[in-house]
Amino acid sequence: MSFFGFGQSVEVEILLNDAESRKRAEHKTEDGKKEKYFLFYDGETVSGKVSLALKNPNKRLEHQGIKIEFIGQIELYYDRGNHHEFVSLVKDLARPGEISQSQAFDFEFTHVEKPYESYTGQNVKLRYFLRATISRRLNDVVKEMDIVVHTLSTYPELNSSIKMEVGIEDCLHIEFEYNKSKYHLKDVIVGKIYFLLVRIKIKHMEIDIIKRETTGTGPNVYHENDTIAKYEIMDGAPVRGESIPIRLFLAGYELTPTMRDINKKFSVRYYLNLVLIDEEERRYFKQQEVVLWRKGDIVRKSMSHQAAIASQRFEGTASLGEEGDESLSRRLCYTTSE
Amino acid sequence: MAETVADTRRLITKPQNLNDAYGPPSNFLEIDVSNPQTVGVGRGRFTTYEIRVKTNLPIFKLKESTVRRRYSDSEWLRSELERESKVVVPPLPGKAFLRQLPFRGDDGIFDDNFIEERKQGLEQFINKVAGHPLAQNERCLHMFLQDEIIDKSYTPSKIRHA
Repeated sequence: MSFFGFGQSVEVEILLNDAESRKRAEHKTEDGKKEKYFLFYDGETVSGKVSLALKNPNKRLEHQGIKIEFIGQIELYYDRGNHHEFVSLVKDLARPGEISQSQAFDFEFTHVEKPYESYTGQNVKLRYFLRATISRRLNDVVKEMDIVVHTLSTYPELNSSIKMEVGIEDCLHIEFEYNKSKYHLKDVIVGKIYFLLVRIKIKHMEIDIIKRETTGTGPNVYHENDTIAKYEIMDGAPVRGESIPIRLFLAGYELTPTMRDINKKFSVRYYLNLVLIDEEERRYFKQQEVVLWRKGDIVRKSMSHQAAIASQRFEGTASLGEEGDESLSRRLCYTTSE
Repeated sequence: MAETVADTRRLITKPQNLNDAYGPPSNFLEIDVSNPQTVGVGRGRFTTYEIRVKTNLPIFKLKESTVRRRYSDSEWLRSELERESKVVVPPLPGKAFLRQLPFRGDDGIFDDNFIEERKQGLEQFINKVAGHPLAQNERCLHMFLQDEIIDKSYTPSKIRHA
């Protein structure tokens, strides 16, 4: 996104050195379109060049300095003025002077820390980008290039199943089980629902995946719930003793890893919502949090050497949250609005 | 790094008891509203409906019961439930104020078609309400469905499993 001055005289491009070999990942923009950006991991070096092309080769370009910045920032939609930069690196490319011909400036940000994953949500956006600035008296020429960062984890040491008995006294008792509490983004949720007591007429049962984005702190906390998926697992009325299997493939849905309190600004958490619907459209539900994490791809020869190091860096160092922070309420809830 | 495959094995399930699979259902609740009858004379006339309950849910004291109720009794039930329980109570069929005015071409609130509509509306209302687990906990619902006479000066309370 360039700011066009009064008669743009120079074209600025940011090019990466490993543009040929580096993988690109799809990421949704704020208005919902999907675009591909270069994919980076924590610790990787960002290097390339800023190329300036003079439109009119006879006209010189006077400037007050040329620099390139690597920025990681969190933008809250309701507070656009304040960008919270958690990574900010700058390299000066040229001292104040003149450009008389098109030229390119090399830059390298070595082993840049990228602690969080890129995220574009309903109320908040976390992005990383390179910004090249040519300072001038009246207006600067600015060129930005977004990149996408993924945070990787490995299989957690502790991954207990979620098993619970819930119900409404004398009406409906079920025991549900999900095989794990922490799933990677291409994993399969395998589980079952066992009916211990059925005294209502159930029409069907489904599992929903709900994403809750929390922004703000203290009294201004705001939760935005979004149902990512609804998957019917049973059609018809079950009786006591029946066991209904669950097999939900996560790869088909647009999911991100669970993000907890990112830079104390926002969180993204995922919940599985088991919903039973009876003949009169009454809904009975039980919500359970699951932790999602991103698995590193298997190392292939085509991957850049640095990306291979980055994904191997995480062997055995994943910390995927505390055990026992799932709510242990024994009651099935139901909405009374019909 | 070895190729890892997602773990998709089945979880262990208990085999189902044959009685559970093929036995009688433990969840039937049938309520019929039928047999409207107009009682009284002149201006004090009103219509009552027979409400018959057949169920095997343990929360109902009687497995079969029959009572006669009038429209204002269901209005009473609705207001009790709205106040005492957290249920969003479904609407009743219309109050029909216009039909109660004099000088009508038809029989007003004693018109056969109107009574038939009202009977069907009451049946829908009662079934929706009686099937709601929270409403089943209210004393007023059981009094409406299964007690001979509604004692409007009762103390509202919750039913525990009999």
